[in-house]
Amino acid sequence: MPVEITKRDYSLVGLDTAAAIASGLSAAQWYACPIPRKNLKELMKRSDGPAIRDTAIWLSALVTSGVLGYLTWGTWWAVPCFIVYGVLYGSASDSRWHECGHGTPFKTRWMNDAVYHIASFMLLHEPTVWRWSHTRHHTDTIIVGRDPEIAAPRPPDIPGILLDIFTLKRGAKAFRNIIIHAVGRLTAEEETFIPEMERWKVFLVARIYVAIYAAVIAACFLTRSILPAMYIGLPSFYGGFFTLFFGLTQHAGLSEDVLDHRLNSRTVMMNPIFRFIYWNMNYHVEHHMFPMVPYHALPKLHAAIKADCPPPYPSCWAAYREIIPTLLRQVKDPTYYVVRTLPSSAKAVPYNHETRFVTAS
Amino acid sequence: MSVAWVDACAADDVDEEDVLRFDHGGRTFAIYRNEDDEYFATDGLCTHEKVHLADGLVLGDIIECPKHNGRFNYKTGVAKGAPACVNLKTYPVKVEGGRVLLQI
Repeated sequence: MPVEITKRDYSLVGLDTAAAIASGLSAAQWYACPIPRKNLKELMKRSDGPAIRDTAIWLSALVTSGVLGYLTWGTWWAVPCFIVYGVLYGSASDSRWHECGHGTPFKTRWMNDAVYHIASFMLLHEPTVWRWSHTRHHTDTIIVGRDPEIAAPRPPDIPGILLDIFTLKRGAKAFRNIIIHAVGRLTAEEETFIPEMERWKVFLVARIYVAIYAAVIAACFLTRSILPAMYIGLPSFYGGFFTLFFGLTQHAGLSEDVLDHRLNSRTVMMNPIFRFIYWNMNYHVEHHMFPMVPYHALPKLHAAIKADCPPPYPSCWAAYREIIPTLLRQVKDPTYYVVRTLPSSAKAVPYNHETRFVTAS
Repeated sequence: MSVAWVDACAADDVDEEDVLRFDHGGRTFAIYRNEDDEYFATDGLCTHEKVHLADGLVLGDIIECPKHNGRFNYKTGVAKGAPACVNLKTYPVKVEGGRVLLQI
């Protein structure tokens, strides 16, 4: 008798959640490439220098493009100025939020926290919600029913992905959640990963966000111009396309429910400008396997473990030549995914070593 | 109640400003050595998600969990912020004859 393939439940409170826990996939032990403790310690070492330099460049470029946008407002010259401003605001903030959430770019704690909060706001991320969401993403990476950050569930939502070129789907959800939080509530899914003692922070920051956006809207009415919103609010949308472009390369189309980041994450070689915007998160296998290694040490970590990993994708083009056909195929066949091939020299893969799969029912 | 001192490792097994895993009696511990050559011990697993702290990073008096950046003061066991919300248990340590002993 043919087995009917049922759609998987990607919510955090559904059938696949219970199945993932019962299978031992939640909070499981993950494969880690062998690396001597001494080397790893050296790679994990903190310093303020690289992140201060990169943050100064980032913020200087943001201010410069913003000033040029103001001076050229009303002419076509404003378009490239605001494209640059938008990318620095709505896309570069993604990796800054992410890295500072891990607490690794700066040695000095308050610097991590300051950039984390600024970048979170730029990205329409509420800092406490996303801190906990991302914690779960690292615990249960691409485990269906557990990971709240699966960008391309199967079958993928192609119209939704296209809308997110300008952050329209993600942005609508973000604003809906900000309103929910501002009135002192969490969604059912958020209640599964945000501890009680942290919830007051969610509500407080949501109210601050609402106040800031209300002030921007008021400024637009007062000046009878959208210019204030071009600086705060709108760039999260018109400048967010690289967030999607880089974000999809991380896991889209790869295996679900495996305990080995080499099989569910991509490392993609990128040019220096992309790596600056993305803060080296193109080394995504490495980042997931050893999340305490700062972004500036990831190229060295890549060199240290590459013999035990599948070959990196040589370019974004190479990655998208795989991702786009895979996502389109998954619309019709949600069971399809890309199987990464481990190098012949790689050690036996202990992923899923203690799992006994239980199906959702 | 009797006090048991357990021989954990040689003092030199733990590098300066580093941490070492020690398993005993079905339990796991983390032994720390700071820059002043003092030794400390805590439970070995992060109170957030049971990750071995010995794979983490020692920064001054702080041990950072290798998985989610949960931070603890390893001298007191106090959790220093999300996602670590529950304190670590600490254990008395002494060094005798070049050996690190834990009272557990």
